[in-house]
Amino acid sequence: MTPELSAAVDVVAPVLVLGWGNPSRGDDALGPMFIERFEAFSQASMPPGSVECLTDFQLQIEHALDLIGRVRVLLVDASVELDAPFQVSVPRAARDASFTTHALAPEALLQVYRELHHGEPPPCTLLAIRAAHFELGEPPAAQALADLEQALAWAKRWLRSPPTVEKETP
Amino acid sequence: MSTSSLETASNPEGLRRIVIDPVSRVEGHGKVTILLDEMQRVQQVRLHIVEFRGFEKFIEGRPYWEVPVMVQRLCGICPVSHHLAASKALDRVVGAMPVTVSADKLRRLMHHGQIVQSHALHFFHLASPDLLFGLGAERDRRNIVGVAEAYPDTARQGILLRKFGQEIIRATSGKRVHGTGSVPGGMNRLVSAEDHAMLRAEVPQMLAWAQGAVDLVRRLHEQNPALYEGFASSPAPMMSLVGRDGAMELYDGVLRIRDANGAMLVDGVDDQRYRELIDEAVKPWTYMKFPYLRSMGAEAGWYRVGPLARLQNCDFIPTPRAEAQRRAFIDVHGGQVVHAALAFHWARMIEVLHGVEVIADLLDDPDILGGALMASGPRQAQGVGIIEAPRGTLIHDYTVGENDLVSRCNLIVATTHNNQAMNEAVRSVALQYLDGQTITEPLLNHIEVAIRAYDPCLSCATHALGRMPLAVTLRDAAGAVIDHVHRSSDGDTVRDRRPHAAEAP
Repeated sequence: MTPELSAAVDVVAPVLVLGWGNPSRGDDALGPMFIERFEAFSQASMPPGSVECLTDFQLQIEHALDLIGRVRVLLVDASVELDAPFQVSVPRAARDASFTTHALAPEALLQVYRELHHGEPPPCTLLAIRAAHFELGEPPAAQALADLEQALAWAKRWLRSPPTVEKETP
Repeated sequence: MSTSSLETASNPEGLRRIVIDPVSRVEGHGKVTILLDEMQRVQQVRLHIVEFRGFEKFIEGRPYWEVPVMVQRLCGICPVSHHLAASKALDRVVGAMPVTVSADKLRRLMHHGQIVQSHALHFFHLASPDLLFGLGAERDRRNIVGVAEAYPDTARQGILLRKFGQEIIRATSGKRVHGTGSVPGGMNRLVSAEDHAMLRAEVPQMLAWAQGAVDLVRRLHEQNPALYEGFASSPAPMMSLVGRDGAMELYDGVLRIRDANGAMLVDGVDDQRYRELIDEAVKPWTYMKFPYLRSMGAEAGWYRVGPLARLQNCDFIPTPRAEAQRRAFIDVHGGQVVHAALAFHWARMIEVLHGVEVIADLLDDPDILGGALMASGPRQAQGVGIIEAPRGTLIHDYTVGENDLVSRCNLIVATTHNNQAMNEAVRSVALQYLDGQTITEPLLNHIEVAIRAYDPCLSCATHALGRMPLAVTLRDAAGAVIDHVHRSSDGDTVRDRRPHAAEAP
């Protein structure tokens, strides 16, 4: 990294919460909506500078730079693979074996970090929220919004006391 | 053999059907169908794009001042291009013609940041694995992680070039994503002194890396000219904006079209008159429209947009390093127009170099740090905004009622312009590589490489976990599924007999 960009990440909050999705594509909005709600909660309940909340349309290679200097990271996305309202897991760095598109899988993001920085990424937790509908211009479904509430409740507990299990569903 | 004849087979009911869905590492949903006859020969090839719908419904009825922000949600890959194209169109509605000097330069800075970050992502993340490891390399290596392992400097430079472009966007639009900097009539923010100092300090390194990226793709081309000059070649007219002096112009200019041999067909057409040049055809087998040149008709009038068209449409590039690279590109090809898909990558990297040069010039310009930001004038009901987005010409066309609501809009995105060109490229590859033999992983990748060269944005920013498996369906002459292969989210290949839901019978 160039010194200037390095300086930009010299002072970072120890906790990063990164959620992604398109706010105007139905349940894909769950990631950004989570971030908006969680940011308000953390600002009201945590010391200034202790939590940074970021959102984007999708997970990308440059987000490996956002992991630098963190103590722990929560990654949040909508998921079409769940029966439960949400699922918590610990992603392990791995090559991007899935045929994704322009976006990275969380596991691949951690692998990019590892290859670029020749070290292990900070401890990351993946919070996947159940989703089903992705039409342009549609709001999230009622079920998705209910699942979001449960995921937020879990995340508030996570912020105060990190879980020790590798995988968790409600 | 002409590839256009492969759009519709004469007797499709008697053919085997192979479906590849979706195309890996391409934005959104797309599938390729290939029909073989009883002799295993390619008879029909189509690229289906299933998600380009609903744009107009999404925008119509909204207040015009919301539109530059809302349209960013049409595409998670190039939101800034939509942001600026909508702003340009709506400048006319509010009578801001022209916008102020500072607003024009700030928008140009933002736009070239978008060009740099998008091209860097495409080349280093999507294309370089194919190019550095070869088109037949095993799947596990063909990704950014494989590049990071084998070529750590290349992967690192790609990420930091992209980061630099995104920092330019943040400094001009106000946010990393969902920026609000550009508005109808101008801009609402200047570049801060802090951002200015940080970005200027980065320029020398970014110029060096951009130059290195051009050199890399040029070396790859020179090592295997037969592949780079012949793979997925589909001669077509080329359309882009150019400056009034013929210069490469990515933000605001006049329309130019050259034929497949480089002869001038149309030049100097005002962007407000785009509908005099092109129309859009509908075909029953896809949701996506097929734009064509009115002067040549729906069948013969398809054309190409994007970096390869822009590079060969302009008379010169108005920045010295990129112009030297443009001349090298032309010299290597003996002055002949190039239509091969892999040449996109070389053109794309020349544009990255040009983009960084433009950014460097603008960062030295005091107008981005001070000056009037908004203009206004007599209100108009309509406005067209055309911009050269990373993937090609992007058209936003609005009508706004007296109640300030958008009553009509028409958007033509670069991937729609290139719809037929991508179909032709896939047909070219299918003819060369899929002659009735087993569909192997390297063969599949050849099709994907041809499509990826166009960097199509097939859908927009829906990336839920687990949403994008790769599936291949094989049907016999009677339409029954005889094989179905898909990838699980962890990369395993799963073979079953389940028909793919997206496939038309």
